[in-house]
Amino acid sequence: MGETRPGATRRAVMLGGLAGSLAATIRLEPALATPERMRAAIRNVVGEASIRKGRVDLEVPPLVENGNTASLAVSVDSPMTATDYVKAIHVFNEKNPQPNVISVHLGPRAGRAKFSTRFRLADSQIVTAIAEMSDGTFWSASADVIVTLAACVEGI
Amino acid sequence: MSRQTPRVPPIISRVTTIVCLLFAIASSVHGTDIPLDQRRSGYLDLGHDSKAMQDDDTINPAALWVQDGEALWNQKTGAASRACADCHQDAPISMKGVAARYPAFSVARNGPINLEQRINLCRSEHQQAPPLASESRELLALSAYVGRQSRGMQIAPPDDSRLVPFVEAGRKLFNRRIGQIDMSCAQCHDDNWGKKLAGSLIPQAQPTGYPIYRLEWQSLGSLQRRLRNCMSGLRAEAYEYGAPENVNLELFLMWRARGLRVETPAVRP
Amino acid sequence: MARPLINVPAKVKRGQVFEIKTLISHIMEPGFRFTTTGDKIPRDIVTTFSCSYNGEEIFRADLYPAISANPFFDFFTVATEGGTLDFKWVGDNGFSETASAKIVVE
Repeated sequence: MGETRPGATRRAVMLGGLAGSLAATIRLEPALATPERMRAAIRNVVGEASIRKGRVDLEVPPLVENGNTASLAVSVDSPMTATDYVKAIHVFNEKNPQPNVISVHLGPRAGRAKFSTRFRLADSQIVTAIAEMSDGTFWSASADVIVTLAACVEGI
Repeated sequence: MSRQTPRVPPIISRVTTIVCLLFAIASSVHGTDIPLDQRRSGYLDLGHDSKAMQDDDTINPAALWVQDGEALWNQKTGAASRACADCHQDAPISMKGVAARYPAFSVARNGPINLEQRINLCRSEHQQAPPLASESRELLALSAYVGRQSRGMQIAPPDDSRLVPFVEAGRKLFNRRIGQIDMSCAQCHDDNWGKKLAGSLIPQAQPTGYPIYRLEWQSLGSLQRRLRNCMSGLRAEAYEYGAPENVNLELFLMWRARGLRVETPAVRP
Repeated sequence: MARPLINVPAKVKRGQVFEIKTLISHIMEPGFRFTTTGDKIPRDIVTTFSCSYNGEEIFRADLYPAISANPFFDFFTVATEGGTLDFKWVGDNGFSETASAKIVVE
């Protein structure tokens, strides 16, 4: 996280310029989330605990054909016994209007700490999954996703 | 610098010009048909996860509509209080191959009709029920359920001479430049398939899996919805649902896709 | 109309970890979209999905607008004894949907 990708700078300059010229005339709605908001949303869940990298496998396609529906699969390396299991898996994003994607609550009865779903991506961005263990530790993994959109902009 | 080009006899140069003009006119009217053995379904260009979504009925969102369609198939409706099943019994048997040969000629309409129109015709003629609205959940559910029974079968347009003028009308529409963007379907889908348009791959536009679950719509939709989307993308005024132009285009497209396998209900981006 | 679609194995062995797949029709309107006249389309999403196995919750998800329309879930549980899996979806505007599936354990 924190890497600069080619599009980001251009986008920032464009948005900055636009905001500057329109700020006087139009009240802008806060548009997309930012990496700061994602970090705040993560802190909300994790508190001040440290987050370690590893044990979490986050599967998102590297190239998504349509941001409306991207597959998401998270699995966590855990024996899922009564004393050693994954309590929850939280998924976050950095560019959608909201930083949270889903929070899944598990327990020893899950047998396997793994789930799949489909989610939305407003733009190419980084997705982060954080696993909360029964021993109070937090583990994470991130994935960088590129989103292409449907080419013909349809009106109807 | 003096010109040293050999002089061509006037009559030959004139004939050559005329031949070239005719060729240019012919190719602009008909585009370049994709050779039969080079035709391919858009399925092949899907990402791994979208392919998996289409192939597995337990995770394909379209299965929700197919499930609804099955319920509607068995539900008595209309003043005649009759279900599709009352005439057609088990859809997996009676509807096998039907979607693969639609649009078909309708004597009642004296022209081709697509599967959705056929369903509505059955409703009015045999169930005394009002037609289901275009793109309504019920109509799409029935169309998906019926279409699903042809999955895996080759698209087989009927060998019906009455359809020929309508296929030709559809072909003309396919090759006609439209909209502010002033392009024809053929220019993208016959001449430039496989290349990129604004980052997305241009498919051949073979309608093998309609009604499709389109990720862009996050819903199931018909071929006519997709055609209308394409036309508005070209900044052209789209034909209304059920308009003869839409049905003729559908008929031509299914003829163009003859031999490819039905994938209904497919997933597309 | 629009009943959920549940997929569980027909039979499982005691102690086996098995897979459950669920699909439900829901628009999952995120609440960040606008009409052509500029009005915001209000949020309308499923907010919670849960699964209970013979009455005991084995899976629960808190959904946000980022979850795609027609929410799909694929998750696991350990086969204990035969019985019923109960599924529940709760969402905005009083949305509430349930479904169940029988589990045969041998």
